[in-house]
Amino acid sequence: MQQKVKTNGAAAFDWVGTRPVRPDGVDKVTGRARFGADLAMQGQLIGKVLRSPHPHARIRSIDTSAAAALPGVKAIVTRDDFKDQPSQLIPAGEQMINYRDVVRNVMAREKALYEGHAVAAVAATSAGIAKQALKLIEVDYEVLPHVIDVVEAMRPGAPLLHEGMITAGVEPAPKTPSNVAKRVEVGHGDVAVGLRHADVVVERTFTTQPVHQGYIEPHACVASVSEDGQADVWCTTQGHWMVRAQCARLLGWETSRIRVTASEIGGGFGAKTVVYLEPLALALAKKARRPVKMVMTREEVFRASGPTSGAHVRVKVGARLDGRIVAAEAELKYQAGAFPGSPVQPGCMCAFAPYDIENVKVVGYDVVTNRPKVAAYRAPGAPISEFAVECVVDDIAARLGMSPIELRLKNAAKQGTKAAYGPKLGPVGFIETLEAARAHDHWRAPLGKNQGRGVASGFWFNVGGETSVSLQLNEDGTLSLTVGTPDIGGLRASMCMMAAEELGVDIESIRVQIGDTGQLGFNFLTGGSRATFSSGMATVEAAREVIREACKRAAKLWELPEDAVEYRKGAVRPAGANAGKHAPLTLRDIAGLAGKTGGPIAGYARINAQGAAPSFGTHIADVEVDPETGKVTVVRYTAIQDAGRAIHPSYVEGQYQGGVAQGIGWALNEEYIYGPDGRLQNPGFLDYRVPVASDLPMIDTVIVEVPNPRHPYGVRGVGETPIIPPLAAVANAVADATGVRFADLPMSPPRVLAALDDARARGKAKI
Amino acid sequence: MAKHHVTATVNGDPVEFLCETQDTLLDVLRDQLGLTGTKEGCATGDCGACSVTVDARLVCSCLMLAVEAEGKAVATIEGMAEGETLHPLQRKFLDHAALQCGICTPGFLIAARALLEKHPEPTETEVRYWLAGNLCRCTGYDKIVRAVLDAAAEMRGA
Amino acid sequence: MRYEAPGSLDQAVALLAAEPGEARVLAGGTDLLVQLRTDLIEPALLVDIKRIPEMRRIAEEGGGFRVGAAATAAELKEHPRLKAVWPGLVEAANLIGSTQVQGRATMGGNLCNGSPAADSVPALIAAGAIASIAGPNGRREVPVEDIMQGPRRLALAKGEIVASFLLPPRPARTADAYLRFIPRTEMDIAVVGCGVCLTLDASGTCTAARVALGAVAPRPLQVPEAARALVGTKLDAGALDRLDAAARGACQPIDDKRGTREYRTKVAGVLARRTAQIALERARKA
Repeated sequence: MQQKVKTNGAAAFDWVGTRPVRPDGVDKVTGRARFGADLAMQGQLIGKVLRSPHPHARIRSIDTSAAAALPGVKAIVTRDDFKDQPSQLIPAGEQMINYRDVVRNVMAREKALYEGHAVAAVAATSAGIAKQALKLIEVDYEVLPHVIDVVEAMRPGAPLLHEGMITAGVEPAPKTPSNVAKRVEVGHGDVAVGLRHADVVVERTFTTQPVHQGYIEPHACVASVSEDGQADVWCTTQGHWMVRAQCARLLGWETSRIRVTASEIGGGFGAKTVVYLEPLALALAKKARRPVKMVMTREEVFRASGPTSGAHVRVKVGARLDGRIVAAEAELKYQAGAFPGSPVQPGCMCAFAPYDIENVKVVGYDVVTNRPKVAAYRAPGAPISEFAVECVVDDIAARLGMSPIELRLKNAAKQGTKAAYGPKLGPVGFIETLEAARAHDHWRAPLGKNQGRGVASGFWFNVGGETSVSLQLNEDGTLSLTVGTPDIGGLRASMCMMAAEELGVDIESIRVQIGDTGQLGFNFLTGGSRATFSSGMATVEAAREVIREACKRAAKLWELPEDAVEYRKGAVRPAGANAGKHAPLTLRDIAGLAGKTGGPIAGYARINAQGAAPSFGTHIADVEVDPETGKVTVVRYTAIQDAGRAIHPSYVEGQYQGGVAQGIGWALNEEYIYGPDGRLQNPGFLDYRVPVASDLPMIDTVIVEVPNPRHPYGVRGVGETPIIPPLAAVANAVADATGVRFADLPMSPPRVLAALDDARARGKAKI
Repeated sequence: MAKHHVTATVNGDPVEFLCETQDTLLDVLRDQLGLTGTKEGCATGDCGACSVTVDARLVCSCLMLAVEAEGKAVATIEGMAEGETLHPLQRKFLDHAALQCGICTPGFLIAARALLEKHPEPTETEVRYWLAGNLCRCTGYDKIVRAVLDAAAEMRGA
Repeated sequence: MRYEAPGSLDQAVALLAAEPGEARVLAGGTDLLVQLRTDLIEPALLVDIKRIPEMRRIAEEGGGFRVGAAATAAELKEHPRLKAVWPGLVEAANLIGSTQVQGRATMGGNLCNGSPAADSVPALIAAGAIASIAGPNGRREVPVEDIMQGPRRLALAKGEIVASFLLPPRPARTADAYLRFIPRTEMDIAVVGCGVCLTLDASGTCTAARVALGAVAPRPLQVPEAARALVGTKLDAGALDRLDAAARGACQPIDDKRGTREYRTKVAGVLARRTAQIALERARKA
């Protein structure tokens, strides 16, 4: 059952809030839509990557001569084909990246730092020949001891990945290098003092494993470089301007030489905000003077693209008997994989963000390990820290004999609350989600045998960023809208709807496309839950510019001052004293007169979207635990989240449901399994266990709307928050069913059964 | 080693192609016949994105050699609509917003059509278990299942 | 790599026997193609046996069933009588992979792929199935439990193919069941698989039983001690406890990414009980 709760007054819109069929929908249900691997260029070669079999090794030499001699091989690239990059941090999505590390991740230089690390790449006339060529490349490795566990990696004496790495963020700086890239801290008040006023204190340690974003479409691209150096890239990505920027930098080419076209994207969830194949394909294409197509296999996706961090998290929370949390602290140790840059900072920022706490301190460590470099995954860092906190909050509620929803209400962040990382919140809908949860049927429904119920909340701050759109009024009055944020699931629909709402036209008269990097100014990527917010804001601005221009033209025709006309219901009309003096001119009319009145009419918006507002969610999960096997089944689930304003409710619901499914997988069965040899044992969907259709119940959703005052339609980003609450909602439900609190994810059957048996031996199990 | 010469039909049209022994039906559909609607998600039969029917039997085309298609009738997503008329499943997927990124959608549509051809009145559980071999990472399956049940109801009523 | 699709068993046997390099039988291909793709195997010859009528046929024979080794799991399910007589076996075969995989997978392939976790094998063993093997020296019949000797090791000589399985006539008040444990609901390799077939007399006492376990030893096991725990009982609590213990006692499992030794052993006992109870319910009505 899908419900919507309008909490700040229902506004009457023509399009916003309705559920039209998405404009790119027919192409996607007929197989016509083209994803990354669906393009083939005339004369193209196939590119393949040679990857390190060792988790940690010095690369002494690479001999490609035998491979180069194989008939059909047209180009080979290694580290020698990429100039080294000095250390420089740039923003990418919600994280900062360092080009010194990017060039090394794309192609190993001094060392192979994880099993799967790219060491060389070949372009040949067929996939078979390319694979054969890889076998002929001789790499002389000096195998080094490896470390893949975050706690192990932090110990003195652990194998060092980067010899000169001195922990940043520590005063005074350490004298000896380590695998700890940085330390971060957020907070305010005095936790030690605050804890003295606590009647109950809970402290627990949690561990989570690396999990992969699990998009069904592997990374893929086709690159072509002409003799005069103009380059074209077709790729599946969340941000083609990012791809352009990174390729230009890595190859040493001017930005304008590269044009990147984003294909349809078959899932990203943050992971396609990184380049892997594109610089290789471009370098090969230039050398071979032919287009090069590169597609990762599923195994490569798992071995060589970024999962998110595994982590070790300690949380301590103190509360009074009346339920007020008086102090809270956490220590987060996140593994970054082979290069610095785990999402430990956002993890720190979000950990306690749902709560108004006077004394709070969160310390985080970014630790390198011999695993693939982590990439963003839907609210990067936050599911891990908020899992731990939401479990502890639940524990405190149980000890105080208080409903977990009541406890959260007593401490809920709201407008004016100062977050641990500094800013004060604007209007937010956390309390509304808690109240909606409390009022929901699900909260009151009876539970069956071996079943338990858990609740958990989540916070993500969402971003805005640089956005460019172009809106053209065509000669016949229809409109062409070009935006720059790839459509990962309904964006085109929402853009059309906002434009139609502004312009007072039918959405069928607006055709939207995702432009390539040559067609628009810079666009920050689709990520950070920003696309509907930012491209929407820009679209609205562009639409308003079209309206202003249309008014100008009409005023000119009618010989009226510009402020004497108004635009209403899709037409310009004389206003005020002149009302009725001339028949209204529709956009279609004005389009027909565009040439005569000054030229083509268009709106261009180039903004750095500000005012992105957080989205809070509260979820309720019911589970059933098989007491003899430890298998946990989610039998009912409700996701309640504040969307600000749901432009297209079906796609907002879809974001809630998709995030929930990923969160449930993270909680129950997904994990990277490594052997002691540092090699990944489950690089495929057989043993990397994402939820299948029969694993899940219907996922009920409630859209709460507390509009964001800084967006013309009140939009808040919604895409990331939904993955946060499920981890603790499921863990808390399992605790409710079994009497055992789980602190280590995933809660796979062997772990659950072992913990149950242990609890039974101590007389503490409920089943 | 000479290639195999294969004759088959795809979406009702006769086709001929040459293939090596190790080429899969998926490879040939995408790379030789230009039918890129069928997707490769894993190449090991674990994700269902490559679903087609062969002589009306639902299979993963990544688990079939192209040479095994000799004499068979293959149906892919490109043949699901009839001219401009979408199949009820295609329409219901759009109406229910049962797709977000859309990469798994062709596989689901082919699999769901095979389900409804054999079981016109499936329960929610039967739909979920039939479709367990089709992975979706975006939707959590909720709207997909609703779309299939709705299409089934319409197809029974029509 | 060559590909042949003979139309008769004799031709298939001849091709396999004559091949100096490695030759593989191609049935459903659901394991073979994955192994080819990951370069686990590099055979010189693939022999596609799907054009051999005897290997695809499902027919009643001598009061029982002769099931072609290349009949697909889906075809087993669609046969009008087989599922009613051997529900456990048909269910087991239809737990392999997904609907798509079941459209191609065969019991012959499932057995000869040589995985100790194969889903249909414990059910075949519990049903008392006999494999009919065609080879260069003629035909021989071998109980299914004797075919797999260890992971990827079969008691088949070069040139031999499993042509069909004979399911014996099913006595009255006899029924089979198969359960497997996996972490999700579908799509996983069995962590433990259990097949049970039992016969009751008019008073509801078990007079015969066969119990088989998969994924808990280097090959699927027939567990006579587990069967003995049931015979002569009405599957009361004591009998089920003994069954549980016998099942656990037979396990020689491994620790791997799908399950630990300890976990598999425990769950083997749990599954044995649950499977036996389903077989009991069915046998009462059979």
